[in-house]
Order: sequence, then C-alpha cells, then structure tokens
Amino acid sequence: MKKTLYRKSVPYLFMLPFLAFFLVFLAYPIVFSLALCFGKYKAGKLTLTGLNNFRFILTDPIFYKALGNTIVMMAIQVPLMTFLALILASFLNNPNLKGKGVFRMIVFMPILLDSVSYSIVFGNFFNNENGLVNNVIRFFGGEGLPWLSVGWLAKLVLILIITWRWTGYNTVILLSGLTSISNDLYEAASIDGANGIQKFLHVTIPGVRPVLVFCVINSVNGMLQLFTEPYLLTAGGPVNETLTIVQYLYQKGFKSFDFGVASAGSYCLVVLIGILTYIQLKVTKEEQA
Amino acid sequence: MKTKKIIPIYILVVFACVVALFPFVFTFLAATHTNSQIYQLSYAFRLGGEFGNNLKSLSESFPIWRNIGNSILIAGIYTVLVLFVDSMAGYALAKYEFKGKNLIFSLCMMSMFIPTQVTMIPLFVEMTSFQMMNTIWAVILPGVASVFGVFLMRQNMTGFPNELLESARIDGAGDFRIFFRIVLPNMKSALASLGIVSFVNQYGNFMWPLIALNEKEKYTMPLVLSLMVQPGYVIDYGAVFTGTVLSLLPVLIFFLLFQKNFVDGMLAGAVKG
Repeated sequence: MKKTLYRKSVPYLFMLPFLAFFLVFLAYPIVFSLALCFGKYKAGKLTLTGLNNFRFILTDPIFYKALGNTIVMMAIQVPLMTFLALILASFLNNPNLKGKGVFRMIVFMPILLDSVSYSIVFGNFFNNENGLVNNVIRFFGGEGLPWLSVGWLAKLVLILIITWRWTGYNTVILLSGLTSISNDLYEAASIDGANGIQKFLHVTIPGVRPVLVFCVINSVNGMLQLFTEPYLLTAGGPVNETLTIVQYLYQKGFKSFDFGVASAGSYCLVVLIGILTYIQLKVTKEEQA
Repeated sequence: MKTKKIIPIYILVVFACVVALFPFVFTFLAATHTNSQIYQLSYAFRLGGEFGNNLKSLSESFPIWRNIGNSILIAGIYTVLVLFVDSMAGYALAKYEFKGKNLIFSLCMMSMFIPTQVTMIPLFVEMTSFQMMNTIWAVILPGVASVFGVFLMRQNMTGFPNELLESARIDGAGDFRIFFRIVLPNMKSALASLGIVSFVNQYGNFMWPLIALNEKEKYTMPLVLSLMVQPGYVIDYGAVFTGTVLSLLPVLIFFLLFQKNFVDGMLAGAVKG
C-alpha cells in the first residue's frame, strides 16, 4: 500500500520544482497581469475600473503610432530577411560547394553578439555625423545622411541591422530543411526542363515549407516584441517615428508606473500575436490541402 | 559547365560571410583606437595601440570585472537551474503516466504564446515583495521554468529505451537513482544544447535586468554597455567597444570550442519543425 502511494507520487516529485517555478513566475504573473488590465494598481491595492485601461490605449494616438511603426518594420523586415535566408540557404545547399561547414558557421555568428552590443556597434556605424557608413559615402564623393534623425531612415536602419543579425540564423534553420529534400526531385525537374528559378519555386519552397513557416512565425513574433534596438539607437525617436509597442509598454509600465495601462497594452500584444500566428498557420494549412 | 556555375555562388556566399564578420572585426579593431580615431575612416581597418587606455577609462567608470563576473554568475546559475528543473519535468512528461499530465501539457503550450512583457509588471511586484529586487535572483528565477526547455528534454527522453529503465528497476534502483545515474548521462548532447541556449540567452538578456537591477555593482554587461551610450551623454566609443569585446569574448570562445552543440542548441526549437 505504502509502496503504491510512493509509486504514484514519483512523477509529481519529478514535476515539483518545475511546477513551483511555473506557478510562481509564469502562471500567476499571467493571471495577475490579466486582472491588472481591468483596474488601477496603487500602493499594493487593485481597484477595478472596468474597461478604462483599454479605452485609454485604444484612443491614445501614441499607441497607434507605436503599433503602426512595429507593423511597418515587421512587414518589410520579415519578407526581406526570409528571402535572403532562403537564397543563401539554397546556395549553401549546392552539392558542388566546398567548405559548407565553415560558411555555415560564419553566417551563424551574428547572433553571438548580444542585442545590446550589436545595437551599439551599428549605432556607431550609422552615426549621423562621422559614422563609418557616412565616412564611406563621403569617401566615394557622396553626402552623408542623418540616418538616425529622419523617421524613414531610422526605420530603414533598424530593418537593416535586424536583418544582419538574424539572416544567418534563419539560413541555418532553412538549410536543415533543404538537406532533407531528395536530390532526385531536382534531377527529375531538370529532366522536365525546369530552370534554376523554376526549381527554386516548385521544388525548394514546397520542400522547406514547414521549416519556412516556423521561421516566419518566429520572426514575426520577434519583430512584434522589438525593444532593445530602438531603445538604444533612437530612443523611439525622431518624434516617436521608431517607437515600438514594447517600448510603449515599457514607458507606461516602468516610467509612468501605470501598471493597468501597461498590462492592458501587453494583452493587446497577446491578441495581435495570437491573430497573426493563427492566420499564418491557417494560410499554410490551406495551401497544403 | 558545373564549375563555371559554381563561381558566382562562391562569390555571393563569401560576400555574405564578409558582411557577417565585418562588425566583429571592426569592433575588435575599434577597441584599440581612441574615441576620435573611431570616427575616422583611415583608422577603421588597422590595429591601434589604445586598448590599455580604453580598458583603464572603462574600469574607472564601471567596476567592469565585477560586471563581467555578474553576467557569468547569473547566466551560470540560471543554466544549472534550468538543466536540473527542466530535465526532471521533461522526464516525468516523457516516461510517466499520471493524473493532470494533459492539463500541465496544455498549460505549458498555452504559456508559450504569451510574450514575456506580459509577466514583467507582476514579476516586478512579486520580486519587490520577496525583497529580491536588485539581487541576482530577480534576474535568475523568472526564466527557470522554461517550457521550451521542458519540451526539448521531453522530446529527447521519449526515445530512451524502456527496457533499460525496467531492468534497472528490477535491479532495485529507485526512480531518482535511475534518472540521475542512467538517463541523464545519456542525455549529454541534449543537455549541452539546452545549456548553451540558456546561457547565451541569459547572458545577453537586457529588458528584464534593466528593470530588476539598479546599482552599478549589480549590473550585467548589457546594462553597463547600454548606460555608456545613453542618448544625451558624451559617448567614449573607445571604452564602449573595449567593453563590447570583453563581453563578447566568453561567448565567442564558447562558440569556437563547442560549435556543433552550439548550433544544434540554438536551432533546437526548429528541428522538430
């Protein structure tokens, strides 16, 4: 009897440390944050205010500005990077290419530089006066650009540097998908008279679809949570032109200490991520059917 | 014919590698220049002699060795906890049937869709009431229950042969003995992968430490570096790049030593696809 009770409790004992951490630092905060959405938190007390926080956010022009900026940068960065990664991966997958291992390692390296360090390095490159990029432009007789103080240029810089950091990572993921495509398919396509681009569209892309979906969903979620790069490069400026949703949440939560509004905003982000993930999964399922 | 076609591919791949590596090279070179030299094109591609001075001015404004120590300590303790806690949970989910297993599984799945920003305010309130704010524990504890880690370990342990577990049980070994003596030693590569991702992610963690830590002596490297480039302050890029190099070195060495595990780990979430 005693023995069976012990036997039954064993899996729970294995789960116990995880469950403790999960409940205290994940589950409870998620529920607490949901409650904060509908109230005001002051001096350790929560007073319910109904939908006021959501009303505030959904009428705040700065929130819409942040939402717009985030979506614009995402809508350009994710396709650009995914495209580059796919091309680079199919190059690296070429059976005649030697030194694949070394190339793979090198293109992977940008994510070794943590988000703060690489933001600083590129902040220096794109310095408005004498950054490396402007120096090179001047060297070739052009005129330097105020990269970080014009809205669309600052967005462009953010898009470019994020692409620098993440293209290699996605390349290596896609490469693992490409290696699983049988060479026979390419040969069959050649016999049918397909050219390189046709092979890419009709053999490569369908072959990596599941991995591609993973990359896109991950990248979209990452872009929706963009924080460090604009925080360090532009501080959201010029005039909120690069303010992102998470920066907005950070300002509301930890600069004005308006916990209710920040929580409501974070749940808007949850809804947005949920909708976009759902759409992406649905679209890819329909295409497969 | 075939060799002709491959040349442009080599050129493009090498170009991609140059683009990937250039910022690293620039950073290492810039750490050896003075602030004003860094702004000049003629110094961008050569080695200077200012590293010592940069290091000196860096350590005058921050207790920099202590900050690197904090970074390594926090990432190290975090990694050990993640490996211990998540592999145990992964094992329970892989090898036992018990009441509530499906519930736990679906709760974990759901929590994966919640961005970390949702939990930051409650964590701030929690950590303040635990009086852990501005300690390493405020940074370490919240991420330990990593659902990603549990799923990764579960996935690797599901295939572990049941016959081995059974025969160990018949020999009289207890469940925990079996786990620590037989299962874990066979999970070295999964543990290495999870360990590396956990370490690197925590080492570069920025937003939560920015909220949780507020004293120079307690800062991790990303916080130190971010403070050195605050908008509106005079930035000494010589010192900043020296700090970047110091912060990058442990990860870079780690990467060069354990390249295979490193790539596997960072891709672990994708492998299943």
